[in-house]
Amino acid sequence: MLSVLVFLPLAAAAVLLIPRISAGVARGVFVVVTAAELALACLVWARYDTPAAGALAAEEQARWIPGVGSSYHVGVDGLSLPLVLMTTLVFLACAVHALREQRRPRLQAALFLFLEAVCLGLFVSADLILFFVFFDLSIVGMYFSISGWGHRDAARSALKFFLYTFLGSLALLLGFVGLYVASDPHTFDMVELTAHPPLQGHGVAGGLVLAAVLLGLAVKTPTFPFHTWLPPAHSDAPAIGSAVLAGVMLKMGTYGFVRIAMPMLPDAWRAWAWVVIAVGIVSVLWGALVAFAQTDLKRMIAYTSVNHMGYVVLAVGAAGVLADGADQARQVAVTGAVTQMVSHGLLTAALFLLAGSMFERTETYDLDGYGGLAGTAPRYATLFTVAAFGSLGLPALSGFIAEFQIFAGSIATVPVTAVAVLGILITAALFLRALQRVFTGPSEGLSVGFTDVTPREWVPVALLLAVSVFIGVLPRTLLDVIEPGAAVLAHLVGR
Amino acid sequence: MALLPEALLFLGGMLTLVSGSFTPRTRQWRMSLVAAAATVASLVASLVAWTGGTRAAFSDTFTVDTSTGAARVTVTVSLLLILLIASGEVRDHPRESETYSLLLFGGAGTLLLAGSTDLAVLVVAFLLSSIPLYGLVGIMARPGSPEAALKTYLFGALFGILLMLGAVLLYGLAGRAGYSSLAAELPDAPTAAVATGGVLVLMGLLFKAGAVPGHFWVPDATQGASVTAAAFLTTVPKIGALVAITRLVAVLPGELRWATVLGILAVASMTIGNLAALAQDDVRRLLGWSTVSQVGYLLAAAAVTRISDQGQPALLFFLAGYALTNLAAFAVAAAAPERRSLEGWAGFASARPGLSAALVVALLGLVGTPPTAVFIGKLTTMGATWDAGLAWLAVAIALNSVVSLFYYLRWIRAALRPAAQRGEEAGTGTGTDGTGGRGAPTAALVAAFATVVMGLTAGPLWLVLA
Repeated sequence: MLSVLVFLPLAAAAVLLIPRISAGVARGVFVVVTAAELALACLVWARYDTPAAGALAAEEQARWIPGVGSSYHVGVDGLSLPLVLMTTLVFLACAVHALREQRRPRLQAALFLFLEAVCLGLFVSADLILFFVFFDLSIVGMYFSISGWGHRDAARSALKFFLYTFLGSLALLLGFVGLYVASDPHTFDMVELTAHPPLQGHGVAGGLVLAAVLLGLAVKTPTFPFHTWLPPAHSDAPAIGSAVLAGVMLKMGTYGFVRIAMPMLPDAWRAWAWVVIAVGIVSVLWGALVAFAQTDLKRMIAYTSVNHMGYVVLAVGAAGVLADGADQARQVAVTGAVTQMVSHGLLTAALFLLAGSMFERTETYDLDGYGGLAGTAPRYATLFTVAAFGSLGLPALSGFIAEFQIFAGSIATVPVTAVAVLGILITAALFLRALQRVFTGPSEGLSVGFTDVTPREWVPVALLLAVSVFIGVLPRTLLDVIEPGAAVLAHLVGR
Repeated sequence: MALLPEALLFLGGMLTLVSGSFTPRTRQWRMSLVAAAATVASLVASLVAWTGGTRAAFSDTFTVDTSTGAARVTVTVSLLLILLIASGEVRDHPRESETYSLLLFGGAGTLLLAGSTDLAVLVVAFLLSSIPLYGLVGIMARPGSPEAALKTYLFGALFGILLMLGAVLLYGLAGRAGYSSLAAELPDAPTAAVATGGVLVLMGLLFKAGAVPGHFWVPDATQGASVTAAAFLTTVPKIGALVAITRLVAVLPGELRWATVLGILAVASMTIGNLAALAQDDVRRLLGWSTVSQVGYLLAAAAVTRISDQGQPALLFFLAGYALTNLAAFAVAAAAPERRSLEGWAGFASARPGLSAALVVALLGLVGTPPTAVFIGKLTTMGATWDAGLAWLAVAIALNSVVSLFYYLRWIRAALRPAAQRGEEAGTGTGTDGTGGRGAPTAALVAAFATVVMGLTAGPLWLVLA
């Protein structure tokens, strides 16, 4: 089942490499396959039963490189399944948005189907080498997406992105090798390593391995001070590239925290939890403040991603601080972190697709060039407003559920994290200011002659926002899946 | 009959040479078939011999074991790919059949080097594998090739003398030249003398491997010689040299000390190769420096073969993966001989989409991107070095991989850049352009595809090598 989920888009991508396929067929295949993936993911969700602690559901395992203790091992649990579903949603939205793509649509469809396969593969991996394979391939895929379909200074931004994240991935690999060497018998299997964390009680070695893993994940997430690749990569990437990069690929970093760093190095994680919390707080505030200073829409959204990922880092850090009677709170913090990953994926993808529609019309992201856009493009204004409110954490949207739990859990364990609430305030201010600048008042500047969004543009955004509202109004559907996983993780970190 | 694969290569070389002189100039391509047939026969003989298990031949001067078997298969497969590359480049050249025979002689010499467990045989093998190399570098009479050949020869002569000096010293200390006697006698010999002898022999082998400090000839030779010769000299001699290095350090006393020495040389090699490659504009020179850095990673694996039981399979797997990946990159360069500087590669992606895919796979493979073979090689090498207690070596490999990304990506970027004033005609242009012929593109596609397959099927291969 999971293998089909991973390899179906890969097979479709391989087929699309045949040069004779026409652009129209390629676009159609892109939409049909991503829709099938969404259906498959829903099927996995429907058949999902919460697995026993430390085990995985829908598990599949096959021999791959037994000589070095690595196998093809996939499975899902409460931490990964929501991300799988979110990934398929974002890719379907991208496929619909790309229906009018004029630049090499066949290759773009192939590339994004390849990216969908590696993103899903990463979230279902239960083997460190398999995880790393998908981690690295996602970087390669995104590099070609930015350099091949980006605009402005795309080649340079793509290179910066590649170098930065590749450096991170090699640090991650070093950490994996460290885990492997320390385990006995040597293995890369995540389930094994979680059941028997290898470096328990080896303070220095555990700390060094964790440092390598954290560096790799922090670059990918990205957290302060490793975030500088993100704004140029986003502002020069194509709309759907940005949506996938921010919506799905940033989650690879934070997912690594909850899947690898925390359960496999619990000792070291607890020892370094304060550093993680500090990095989280700084990311939250720094991301918000810098976003506040932007006049470029895409750079602004990019920096709010740093801010939003900061909340996740903050929460997983707080989950590593053992305090009396705080078990419940640590669990809530982890639940909030995973919910935030899903929520941010949906909302940021929506915002980037909307930014793409703006660029298609006016070839600029400059917020100061617009005014009174609500008058000329009401549908666009409505969608943008909903997405922005979701992003700033308004109740009834998924962002609220996530951030509420993050703060409820974190402040209960580590009261000082309350400082980060300021981040919400700044984000609210910057989104409201942007809305006011662009949409209110009389139509002027670039807003004049701005045609409203077509169904091809608004349907995917509305789909993403509808799911976000659904989570905001009926969070139990999602939380029932996440909470058992979060409880297991909170227990594992406490070992 | 223990040396059948080597003998077949040597006889094939002789046959090519002799019958080549009786063949008209325009029919010389037939000699490539003779050479290929001899190589295939050698490959088959290698596989058959591999199933026979470990044994020593010629009173312990030559060992047939997993390392020899893997080296034989890697060398013969590499030779087949190089013959494909050569078939386009040297077609109808006055020295066509001589090139083929030199390739086979060089391959035979390398295999002798890989299997030798006796200092005297090692010296002979060094000469047998070096002399065809000098010929290959100079044979095509290009503007840069005489200088490259002279440089290669002078360095080869110098390091050859060092090797002989070291061999004599070790022989004097142990009283015999066989490796088993070295292992028995050297622990009682004066440490300084053993260290000197060991380092001197190592120098000669590092010249063959193209590693620091014996690397100076590599960039000049890759730039000045034909692509065929460049592909050969950056791939095949390394295989023999690295296996020979593992055999040598296995019998020298003080395993951790030698591992550290090799580790330091490995770091020097990868760092110097990478830093020098950063500034290159000629793709062949860039590839030349890239092989210096790659041999650094290989040396890291060779350093720990004695301490970690993962070292040996890691090295053999990495060698095979490296050979395929490196040959894929050279084959692409051979298929587009008119494109030398990086700027000249603009428009390559739209003109030759299949080949550019092979180039991307090969270059990303050299970086160590999964799921290609070099990734598995690097990964297992990092695991083995860390396992052996040399975690700093694993860190150095990771850091150097990041540096190497800079120059490999420069080439990929150049190839993906659209050519000025040239339309997109994807799918066409796969025919011959310039003097490339069909051989080199085929070799590039086959090798690039093989690197991915090898990475995905690493499991069973590993079991064979372990």
